[in-house]
Amino acid sequence: MNPVVDLRPPANLVSRKAILFWTARAAIGWVVVLAAEGVWLGLTGWAPLVVVLIVTAVLTLAHLAVMPQWRFRVHRWETTAQVVYTQSGWINQERRIAPVSRIQTVDTERGPLERLFGLANLTVTTASARGPVQIHGLDHDVAQRLTQELATNTQGTPGDAT
Amino acid sequence: MSDEWRRLDARMLAVHPVQEVVRLLPVLIGVLFIGRGGQGQIWSLVGLGLAVAAGLLRWFTTTYQVTADHVRVRRGLVSRRELSVPRDRIRTVDLTSRPLQRVLGLTRVVIGTGRADRAGAEGVTLDALATAEASRLRAELLHRRSGSSEHAAPLVDVLAELRPSWVRYGPFTLSGIAAIGVVVGSLANLLNEVRLDRDDFGAVESFLGRTAAAPVWLLVIGVLVLTLVLVSVLSVVAYVLAFWNFRLARGEGVLRVTRGLLTTRQTTIELRRLRGAEVSEPLLLRAARGARCSAITTGLRGEHSSSVLLPPAPRVEAHRVASDVLRDPAVTAEELVRHGTRAHSRRYTRALSVAAGVTAVLAALAVFAGWPAWMWQVALASFPIGAALAEDRYRNLGHALVNGKLVFRQGSLVRRRQVLATDGVIGWVFHRSFFQRRAGLLSLTATTAAGRQHYTGVDIPAAEAIALADAAEPGLLEPFLVRR
Repeated sequence: MNPVVDLRPPANLVSRKAILFWTARAAIGWVVVLAAEGVWLGLTGWAPLVVVLIVTAVLTLAHLAVMPQWRFRVHRWETTAQVVYTQSGWINQERRIAPVSRIQTVDTERGPLERLFGLANLTVTTASARGPVQIHGLDHDVAQRLTQELATNTQGTPGDAT
Repeated sequence: MSDEWRRLDARMLAVHPVQEVVRLLPVLIGVLFIGRGGQGQIWSLVGLGLAVAAGLLRWFTTTYQVTADHVRVRRGLVSRRELSVPRDRIRTVDLTSRPLQRVLGLTRVVIGTGRADRAGAEGVTLDALATAEASRLRAELLHRRSGSSEHAAPLVDVLAELRPSWVRYGPFTLSGIAAIGVVVGSLANLLNEVRLDRDDFGAVESFLGRTAAAPVWLLVIGVLVLTLVLVSVLSVVAYVLAFWNFRLARGEGVLRVTRGLLTTRQTTIELRRLRGAEVSEPLLLRAARGARCSAITTGLRGEHSSSVLLPPAPRVEAHRVASDVLRDPAVTAEELVRHGTRAHSRRYTRALSVAAGVTAVLAALAVFAGWPAWMWQVALASFPIGAALAEDRYRNLGHALVNGKLVFRQGSLVRRRQVLATDGVIGWVFHRSFFQRRAGLLSLTATTAAGRQHYTGVDIPAAEAIALADAAEPGLLEPFLVRR
């Protein structure tokens, strides 16, 4: 067999709605920071704070313009009968792979913001405390179908999967 | 075995009061012999009485039961608590005897479940049983599956025994610094309790007066030498206390470690839970050509005291023990696959950018905020130090796959060689930071249910890392591989 040169990324993208979700989540964080700075400026009137405020605003715009798109292009997932394979991150990226035979639990989890956008996170845990494989930003119904699928595949694997 | 509820050994009734008295010895000396008892010390005595009573009460309220499926412990007077451990979850049974318990023939039994996913579920402690009863219980709990022998399996094969000359590695472990803390703490406590005044230190005062006249450099050297000697001596003492009579033996399906001078400990590692071994060399110990060895086992998370396979000892000895335990001499072979020039330059980039950052910040503070200039001048030293560290870190980087075992080596301040059997690998993580992607490197992590739960090969050329993971667990990555 020819030598291995690379690992291809997982096949499926996450939901397009995830872009909006990531934008909204980041925006909330930035708004808190900007508001705090604004209040501080209003109370003290200290001139250099204006510069800080402008820099923060520029960072906010840059982050919101770049991060969600970049994340969306990186976040991918794929499952087969044997494995769960994911890719996540943006500046730093990570690919995780776990055999279905070693899966211990499959959970879906939705925060309030996720519910607003109709999204869900899927977490697959194994016997390793460092081994959970997570897929963020899935459509809620995709996540539910995937959970069912994985749960069925996992059943009938004997042993405690360590 | 019957399901009756049993009590701890009755001799513990004698142990508790003595232990409490020893712990409060400084107070007692202060009250009884120096006669400077004040209000506070009377309360200390009341506290002593309460502590003794609590110890006795604990004996009367603690019972345990060993059934076919569970080990249960009940304790508490007012709020009764029952701890229940399913027997098939028991991973470790450790025996410990403190000096007084040894004299009376008692042993504390710690039954560990080592559950990785639940904090606080650490099993149960029986403090204490008669020594014979304790070993019988251990044999029963650990060997149930292999034919339920009433006696511990004979340990045929002694893999390592402490040689007195190894004590020389004690000072290189710095355990003496911790010991100094303990000694200083209890001395301060003693002085405080007996309420000595400055007047009582006439001799010390005059000595201090004389030394104050000596030149500063002499004082500094004197203090340094004194500290060094003290740390060394205490480290040796700590080493002897912890590891005297150390012996690692292999029996049927188990490894057993026995150690300790005053307090003796016996830990057992089941071979079916053994997934690998780790040889670690902290910088000082490495300079003295020493190393320690520990087991990578499911059920023992991280650096657990129960996973010690060899105390600080000559490196060749640590390598031999790792090879013997895993029955494979190849896992400690010196030659590993190096990570190449890009990993090499990355070590330098990282070390030198930290040095540059620190120096630049200090220089800026000197110029704009009036900080003293010598600070950034001293920070210049971080460049050569960083470079030396980077070179050493690169030289220590390496990986290998030998006979179904994954070997990673890395680190400078603590160099570790980690050997993990591939059947213990649960999944893979390929981590690529922004700069790693530009350099075509990635960090390959094998996740596992054993030991630290994850073992990482840092900065391996991407294609090599993928090939390594593929070779370690053939088939798993197959659908996603890109071949030339």
